[in-house]
Amino acid sequence: MNEDQLVVKLRDLHKVFHRGSERIDVLQGVNLEVPRGDFLALMGPSGSGKTTLLNLVGGLDQPTQGSVEVAGERIDQLSRGKLARWRARNIGFVFQLYNLLPTLTAEANVGLPLLLTPLSRAERKRHVATALELVGLADRAKHFPRQLSGGQEQRVGIARAIVADPTLLLCDEPTGDLDRKSGDEILKLLQALNQRQGKTILLVTHDPHAAAHASRILYLNKGVLSPEPIP
Amino acid sequence: MKFFPLIWRNLLRKKARAGFTFLSILVAFLLFGLLGAIQTGFSQGVDLAGVDRLVLTHKVSLIQLLPISYLPRIQAVPNVTDVAHFTWFGGIYQDPRNFFAQMPVDPERFLRLYPEYVLPEEQKKAWLEDRTGAIAGRKLAERFGWKIGDRIPIQATIWRKADGLNTWEFNLVGIFDPAVEGADTTGFYFRYDYFDEARMFAKGFVGWYVIRIDDPARAPQIAERIDAQFANSPYETKTATEKAFLQGFANQVGNIGAIVTAVLAAVFFTILLVAANTMAQSVRERVSELAVLKTVGFTDGLVLRLILAESLLLAGVAGVLGLALAWGFIQRGDPTGGFLPNFYLPPRYLLLGTVLVALLGLASGLLPGLRAMRLRIADALRRA
Repeated sequence: MNEDQLVVKLRDLHKVFHRGSERIDVLQGVNLEVPRGDFLALMGPSGSGKTTLLNLVGGLDQPTQGSVEVAGERIDQLSRGKLARWRARNIGFVFQLYNLLPTLTAEANVGLPLLLTPLSRAERKRHVATALELVGLADRAKHFPRQLSGGQEQRVGIARAIVADPTLLLCDEPTGDLDRKSGDEILKLLQALNQRQGKTILLVTHDPHAAAHASRILYLNKGVLSPEPIP
Repeated sequence: MKFFPLIWRNLLRKKARAGFTFLSILVAFLLFGLLGAIQTGFSQGVDLAGVDRLVLTHKVSLIQLLPISYLPRIQAVPNVTDVAHFTWFGGIYQDPRNFFAQMPVDPERFLRLYPEYVLPEEQKKAWLEDRTGAIAGRKLAERFGWKIGDRIPIQATIWRKADGLNTWEFNLVGIFDPAVEGADTTGFYFRYDYFDEARMFAKGFVGWYVIRIDDPARAPQIAERIDAQFANSPYETKTATEKAFLQGFANQVGNIGAIVTAVLAAVFFTILLVAANTMAQSVRERVSELAVLKTVGFTDGLVLRLILAESLLLAGVAGVLGLALAWGFIQRGDPTGGFLPNFYLPPRYLLLGTVLVALLGLASGLLPGLRAMRLRIADALRRA
């Protein structure tokens, strides 16, 4: 595959945590390539290292060993400040618990990443309206998170993730806190973003039903990545 | 500016907590302003004292009288350029609660020694032509609604008249204004020649002298030379700079400056703890939100600045409002009815107050801000 087509390239990635005197090898030599426009689901049981891997790809954490290249940049070599600016340009995060700011309205939450851009207020407003429309919540713009259902909150979370048009969308158990119906709506929305908008998506889940919405699935178990589920 | 809504919303996250902290800071700065005015009032114009003026009193006490014959002898001392004398009258106008200073003076000498009092030329002329004429400061005239031409009766408590009457009547011929802010315009001055001729006793005596010198740097030596003139006489003298004299007067009530400083230090330390605790709690409660901000690309520095802006906004609005309320109250004038004629807030207090507001805002936000800055996203999200 052409190197330019790759959005994510992980090489021999290791991550070790220490809990007191105990050493926990969360990731053990992970290699991964995600091409542009891919919708990849990473599955695995709790504690398998899925979220750790997602955090490393998103530049939220640093590997113990190995290289992390995302959107053409070796992010494991960037300083905290550069990494923050890089994230603002390239990464959109969708969290399991939505993580909306309770004091802000839906539109203010969605507009947060745009505060870091040189866009004017009117331009920011336009981008926010487009993002909310894309997730079907244009009529909830002035609502606070407490006035929204779980599914609606997650839609706002997705709108926030895509509003700055990032290179890569990272979703950490986005349906983990939702009922089946709301979960399906979110997964269809992610699918639509991938198929119609061409968004590259990396989805972490332990739910096979959710993973089935992705175009391919990889399995992580005890820090090792595999194309087949490990029994 | 685009971050303002974010800062404002965070500040109002817990309205009751923010409200109480706001009120604490407001009251602290209200207190700061009022205590500043009280300190200024107690200093009795120490700050405005002329650096080139000395005050000569009886060596034993200010209430002991001195002969008027000392005047030419003081005037003759080298480096002395002018001399005026004052005597405490201590009368009552209508009611004992209507306290204000009244003093017989030599009009020309008095006005020469105190250029901070501005009296129009025609009023000065009228004073010189009228032996029972008197002048009042602007604040005093406004306090009692006096106007030029009014007859002012004052009941003597010390100085009975030679004819046995207790009431002295004066024609108000002038009202003087301050040439500098803070100059005391609550005084009432009348002519010494009329007073000396009409009083029953102690003729030829005055209360104290005010002396102008040509070299303030040599004030101690000049004062020593003046006092040496009157050593071993029945009326020995003690000469000091006007500043020291007024300070000594103020210190009779206690070291007001030290008391005010101690009270304010305690108040500000407490307020710092209150504001810092509010900010620390506020940051602790939103660790996951801060992590989200960092996730979407807010840098560590920007997060620190947002927290500092929040604490500065809280301290700034409350502190400035407190100072403004103090200013408004002080503008209404002396609340003691004449005991603190210099009850006002000098601009340096407002400047100091503003600096303290900024320091309080920065200090209360710094530790929580640094904590937020150092927050590791992955750890914070894991804890959420």
